[in-house]
Amino acid sequence: MKLDLLTSLYVFMLAAFIGFEVIRRVSPLLHTPLMSLTNALDAIAVVGAIILAGEFHEHHATLAKVLGTIAIIAATSNIVGGFLITDRMLKMFKASGSKKA
Amino acid sequence: MRAILNSQALLETIYLIAAMLFILSLKWLSSPASARRGVRAGEIGMLLAVLGTLLHHGIVDYTWIAIGLVLGTVIGVPLGFVQMTAVPQRTALSHAFGALCVTLVGTAEFYLRAPAVPKFMMAVLSLEIILGSLTLTGSLMAAGKLQEVLPQRPIIYKGQNLVNLSLLGIAIIVAVLLVIDPSRMSLFPLIVVIPLIFGVMMIVPIGGADMPTVISLLNSYAGLSAAAMGFVLDSKLLIVAGALDGASGFILSVNMSKAMNRSFSNVLFGAFGQEQATVAGKVEAKPVRSATAEEAAAILAAANKVVIVPGYGMAVAQAQHKVRELYDALTKRGVDVKFGIHPVAGRMPGHMNVLLAEADIPYDKLLDMDEINGDFPQTDVALIIGANDVTNPAARSDTSSPIYGMPILDVDKARTVMVIKRSMAAGFAGIENPLYHLDRTLMLFGDAKGFVGNIVRELSAGGHS
Repeated sequence: MKLDLLTSLYVFMLAAFIGFEVIRRVSPLLHTPLMSLTNALDAIAVVGAIILAGEFHEHHATLAKVLGTIAIIAATSNIVGGFLITDRMLKMFKASGSKKA
Repeated sequence: MRAILNSQALLETIYLIAAMLFILSLKWLSSPASARRGVRAGEIGMLLAVLGTLLHHGIVDYTWIAIGLVLGTVIGVPLGFVQMTAVPQRTALSHAFGALCVTLVGTAEFYLRAPAVPKFMMAVLSLEIILGSLTLTGSLMAAGKLQEVLPQRPIIYKGQNLVNLSLLGIAIIVAVLLVIDPSRMSLFPLIVVIPLIFGVMMIVPIGGADMPTVISLLNSYAGLSAAAMGFVLDSKLLIVAGALDGASGFILSVNMSKAMNRSFSNVLFGAFGQEQATVAGKVEAKPVRSATAEEAAAILAAANKVVIVPGYGMAVAQAQHKVRELYDALTKRGVDVKFGIHPVAGRMPGHMNVLLAEADIPYDKLLDMDEINGDFPQTDVALIIGANDVTNPAARSDTSSPIYGMPILDVDKARTVMVIKRSMAAGFAGIENPLYHLDRTLMLFGDAKGFVGNIVRELSAGGHS
C-alpha cells in the first residue's frame, strides 16, 4: 500500500514535469484548442466512473450506480464534445501558402 | 486466478499506451502543422482506455454504463458544434462537467470505503472533493457570466475576501478532522457543500476582463482534482492526465496573470476583484479627432504596413468575417497586414486567434504581443477593433492608473492610430484611455462590424490608390 502510494507520487511528479515542458512549447496561437484538448483528455476520469457504475457493491449499491452513471454522462460529454471542437478549431488554422478549402 | 492477473496486466499495459498517446497528443499540439495528429493520438488513447476498462473483469452490469455513454454522447455532440464565439462559455461548462464527474466518483468512493479509510487516502479524497466541488460551481458561474445569463458586472462587498477565505478555511478544517478520524461520516457532506458555496462566492467578484485568468485557473483545479482521483483509485493513467491538465491550466494562469500584471499569489487565492473604485468622477471632456469610413479607407490604402489589434468587442460584434474582407482588400493592394494579439484579449487564452482563424486569416499573420511590439514604430496604421485596456499607454507611464505595469500593445508608436469604438464611454474596467486623445489618433465611431464593412466598401469602390 505504502509503496503503491510512493509510485503514484513518482508518476504524478514526472507527468507534471513532462506537462510543463511539453505545454510550454505550445504556441499562444493554439491556447484555446490546448484547453479544450486537455479538458477532453482529463475526462479519462470516465474510467473510474465506469468501474464505479459497473462493479458489484455489497453496500451503497444504488448510490454507486446513480452517481457513477451521472459521472459517466458528464465525462463522456467532455470526451465527445472536447475532441470534436478541438479538431474543428484546428482545422481552421491555415498557413498563408495553403489556400482556403 | 492466473487469468484474472493476466487480464489485469493487459489492462494496465493498455493504460500505459494511452498515457503515452496523451503525452504525444500534447506534444504534437505545439505547432499548427502537427496539431490535428495530436487530436487523433488523444482519441486513440481514450478509445483504448475506455474499451479496455469495459472489458475489466470486475464489471457485472453494463446497463447503466451504456445509458451513461449514450446520454453523454447525446450531450457532447452539440457541445462540440457550438459557434466559435461561444467557445469560452463552452470551455467553462466542460470544466464544470469534468469537476462533476470527479466529485461524484469521490463521494461514492468515500461511502463505499468509510469508515475504514487510510489517512493518506482520506487526505487525497478530501482534496479531490474540495477542488472538484469548487470547480463545479465556479465554472458554472463563469459559464453563466460568459453566456450573459448572469450579471457580468463584478459584485464586490466589504469583507469579501474574509468571507471567502473563511469558507475555504472551514472546509479544510473539516477535511483535517476527517483525516484524523474518517469514521466521523456525518462531517463528510460539509466538504462537498462548503466548497460548492465557495465556488459561487469566488466568481461573484469576477468581471469579464478577468475571465481568461479565471478559466485557466479553473482548468488547473479540474486537472488537479482528477489527479487526486487517480491517487484514490490507484489509476496511473488518471494521475498522468490530471497532472498534464493541471500543468496546462497552471501555465496558462501564470501567462494570463503576467499579461494583466497580477501577482501569482493573487491568482492562486482567486482574489481577482479589483480594489479600485476610485475611477469615477474625473471624466473630462478632452478633445478627440474622429474620421469617416471614407477617410479611414484612404489612409489605410496609402499605408505600407498595417497592424490590426482585435479585442473582445470584435467578438461581440461578430466582426471577424468583415475583418477578413478588410484584410483581403488591403493585401490585394499590396499592403502588409498583420494582427497584434494581446494574451488576455477576449475571454479566454487564444480566443482571438480562434475567431480570426475561423474567418480564414492565415495563422502566420497572427502575432503575439512580444512578437509584434517591435513592429509598431515602423507601422503606418494601427487599427484597433474592440480592444481597450490592452492598448492603454497609461499602463506604461501613469503610476496612479489601476492597470499601471500591465504589458500592453504599443499601438501609440504607430504613425497613425485608428480606434473603432461605439462611443467615448470608458472600457470594461472603467479606465480612461489617453490613447484616444493623442494627435495621431483617429476615432472611428460606430459598430465594429458595420464600420469595417463600410471601410471595405470604400476600398473596393476604388480611387484610393
